[in-house]
Amino acid sequence: MKQVGRDIPRLEVRAKVTGRADYTHHLRLPGMLYGKVFRATVPHGRIRSIDVTAAKAIPGVHRIVIGEDIRKLIPEPYYGPAFHDQPILALDKVRHIGEPVAVVLASDPHIAEHAMQAIDADYEELPAVYDEIAAMQPDIIVHDMLKPAGTFADLKHLKGRKGTNIALDYHLRRGDAEAAFARAERVIEHTFKTQQCLHLPFEPFVAVAEPGDGTLTIYTSNQTPSFVRTEIARLFGWHENRVRVKVPYLGGGFGAKVYVKLEALVAALAMIVRRPVKIALTMEEQFYMITKHPTTFRIKSGVGKDGRVVARACEVFWNGGAYADIGPRITQKSGFTAPGPYDIENISIDSYALYTNRTPAGALRGFGIPQLVWAYESHTDLIARELGVDPVEFRRNNILREGRPQASGTAMHDAAIAEVLDTLAARLGWNKPLDRGTGTVRRGRGLAIGFKASISPTTSVAIVNVGADGSTTLYTSTVDMGQGADTAFAQIVGEVLDIEAEDVRVVHPDTDVTPYDMGTLGSRSLFHMGNAVRLAAEDARTKLRALATEAGLPEGTNYPPAEVFKKRYGMQAGNVIGTASYVPTYKSPDIQTGLSDNVTPFWMIGGAGAEVEVDTETGAIRVLRLINAADCGKPINPAVARTQLSGAAIMQLGFTLSEAMQLDGGQVTNASLADYKIPGIRDIPPIENELVEAEQHSGPFGAKGLGESGTFGVSPAIANAIHDAVGVRITELPITAEAVLRALRAGAGHPLEDA
Amino acid sequence: MTSTRNINFTLNGQPVSAAIEPHRNLVELLQRFDLFGARESCGQGLCGCCTVLVDDMAVSGCLYFAVWVDGKSVTTVESLDADGTLSNVQQAFIDCGAFQCGFCTPGFVLMAHQLLKQHPDPSDDDIRHYLSGNLCRCAAYPEIIEAVKRAAKAVT
Repeated sequence: MKQVGRDIPRLEVRAKVTGRADYTHHLRLPGMLYGKVFRATVPHGRIRSIDVTAAKAIPGVHRIVIGEDIRKLIPEPYYGPAFHDQPILALDKVRHIGEPVAVVLASDPHIAEHAMQAIDADYEELPAVYDEIAAMQPDIIVHDMLKPAGTFADLKHLKGRKGTNIALDYHLRRGDAEAAFARAERVIEHTFKTQQCLHLPFEPFVAVAEPGDGTLTIYTSNQTPSFVRTEIARLFGWHENRVRVKVPYLGGGFGAKVYVKLEALVAALAMIVRRPVKIALTMEEQFYMITKHPTTFRIKSGVGKDGRVVARACEVFWNGGAYADIGPRITQKSGFTAPGPYDIENISIDSYALYTNRTPAGALRGFGIPQLVWAYESHTDLIARELGVDPVEFRRNNILREGRPQASGTAMHDAAIAEVLDTLAARLGWNKPLDRGTGTVRRGRGLAIGFKASISPTTSVAIVNVGADGSTTLYTSTVDMGQGADTAFAQIVGEVLDIEAEDVRVVHPDTDVTPYDMGTLGSRSLFHMGNAVRLAAEDARTKLRALATEAGLPEGTNYPPAEVFKKRYGMQAGNVIGTASYVPTYKSPDIQTGLSDNVTPFWMIGGAGAEVEVDTETGAIRVLRLINAADCGKPINPAVARTQLSGAAIMQLGFTLSEAMQLDGGQVTNASLADYKIPGIRDIPPIENELVEAEQHSGPFGAKGLGESGTFGVSPAIANAIHDAVGVRITELPITAEAVLRALRAGAGHPLEDA
Repeated sequence: MTSTRNINFTLNGQPVSAAIEPHRNLVELLQRFDLFGARESCGQGLCGCCTVLVDDMAVSGCLYFAVWVDGKSVTTVESLDADGTLSNVQQAFIDCGAFQCGFCTPGFVLMAHQLLKQHPDPSDDDIRHYLSGNLCRCAAYPEIIEAVKRAAKAVT
């Protein structure tokens, strides 16, 4: 291996440190109008009227557009990856505070913003529902009827369903959980909750649409250009080839910028005014776009005399907010991993995607997995404590081993669960005593492991172009948002064609030029697109050899491509185009049993270990060490892989200790970085990152995806460490000093009064 | 429309002038000169993505009115490699892998320059103190701390 396994800097490093990297944020086009969004001020209501008179009268306002204007252009202006439930601008009803209701267009964004504040809307307010458990009852209905998209065959049966907030319910039955509970030595049950938090990429959502001659070009900060093209074409009733989607670098994505976000809105506006239109959200507005699901997870385990878990029942309620986004897929795909990476014969899973009157929820670095691991690894620790067994030994005794079927029925292969667990235990010095502190400052340690199935069904296509001078260009629609996709793919091409990775040019997504990719999400790119890139490079290599034969060069000799072209065409001319698609096999879970023996092309394994210090007088928590370990297959670029692991863990540290959207009557009350606290440089504990190398046999050169694995174990590892330190159990995120102090005081028999 | 005001200032070593409305901030002014390294993100002076040096002091460009630079000297990230060579800080950020998406990077780079000018051999605490006004959502903080130390070694 010459190129694969090299720690080369990302290809774009120079552009990024000099401030010259290209982001949609910077884009300005001649004649461009700026749009400012007027947003709903009630959580649930029927629109009585929208008064734009005063706003229209402001000098410099070009046009004001409301939902009905869009309905004239697009008869069914609803979009979404799983359900066509989200209107481009609110129609008839609003379903959450902050929902887009109107847009002011002006050449100067300050004028657009000023005029936006002069719009007045009147609503007939309806009762609202915010809690996922309350939403299980059909008392307050967010959507009159379910409208599943045609994209997913297994959602078709939901079409037209009325009188419910359950967008999707996924059920899995394996063995006989009820009978096993009856037989079990002990049955242990807990409920865990997670909060609403969000991605907050520092390049906030931004998109520009530019109308052409029967065509439309969309420049956008988006992780799924191919999907955007398909969805915009569907909305307009066009063929896909009339829509062009271009994506430069992204200033962060984290799952926020998947599927359609601002793109349908700028596309409709540009078609209405026949001019380029840009909408760039503020940091505050991001709180009304997409979030991470709050969850309630009821988990129950039956344990045998030998310390083996014999049965587990999981009920997971996903608070999806006002529009489904990709929530129904999370409910199912993450749902079947809800019992954790454990070998359990009898399992029942009930997982529900719920509509409520909150900002919609979607995918956030883990596709629901961090919420599940929070619950099942806190629960696992509590079971071990109740049995008086060492938590690491308890896990070793129960984890899924190579070849064993997971809850879904799919066998575990190339999944380094035991290795990740052992790595964490060794790094923590689990067998050595811990200095537990004295007086009011106490120390403890804990760990947690989690796993995830990769997304499927899914398709990736790549093109490798070898030019007449021998230089090589790669075309894919995978988005580089900082994870290093461009660099890893260049290393794969370099390995196959025996050239330096740095010499491979990677063309960024432009759907007129780059071929289809399902999306840059779910840690799928390195595996799926990486396989397509490898195959495309191999195709180019085969065609170069054929060209050499055509040119009359003897076989078995490696000629530089430039010489082959010159010999064949008599001058520096021609191309060799290698292309390939990668589509792993997949079997959708059975609707009745939830089972499938081929549910994922590969498994991701991640875990964390933590040592913490807790001040028993204040509840303050200090993380002394955070150890992250993940199965990364054979890393293509170990240095970049390590930064991915570290960054994911620190992001999850924010979701664990501080980040939470606060709601008051459906209104977000902390929609700014001043009041919604993300980790800063002063909040970073000493971090150790361990790549657990284990060959992924179906991956490109043995590699697998890693972008999310670092998030899995962080929250429960810290909760387990706090329990170890001071004997209290926190069951709801985030784990604030107040929560710890309340638990300490309650445990001591003199609880704090409610504020 | 608000009337404009004429200002004269030094931009990356060159004398320049502009006619700008008094409500516009420094980031908007720089965009008129096709400089996009300072980026407005949080809009509240909390994230540091819009960091610019004004008379050698780091300011948040999103909170700094454009007209205030009249008669002053403005330095942006684009000036650091004016001679075609990256600064020690920029090179150290590359060597340590101290960024992912790169959106906040120019702000960190400029703030690190200011830190090293005032503290050529900074302690961990100095680094955390100076960079506490810069946020990185990709969370490359451990690598950033390493990069600043590496740059300090290259300077001294």
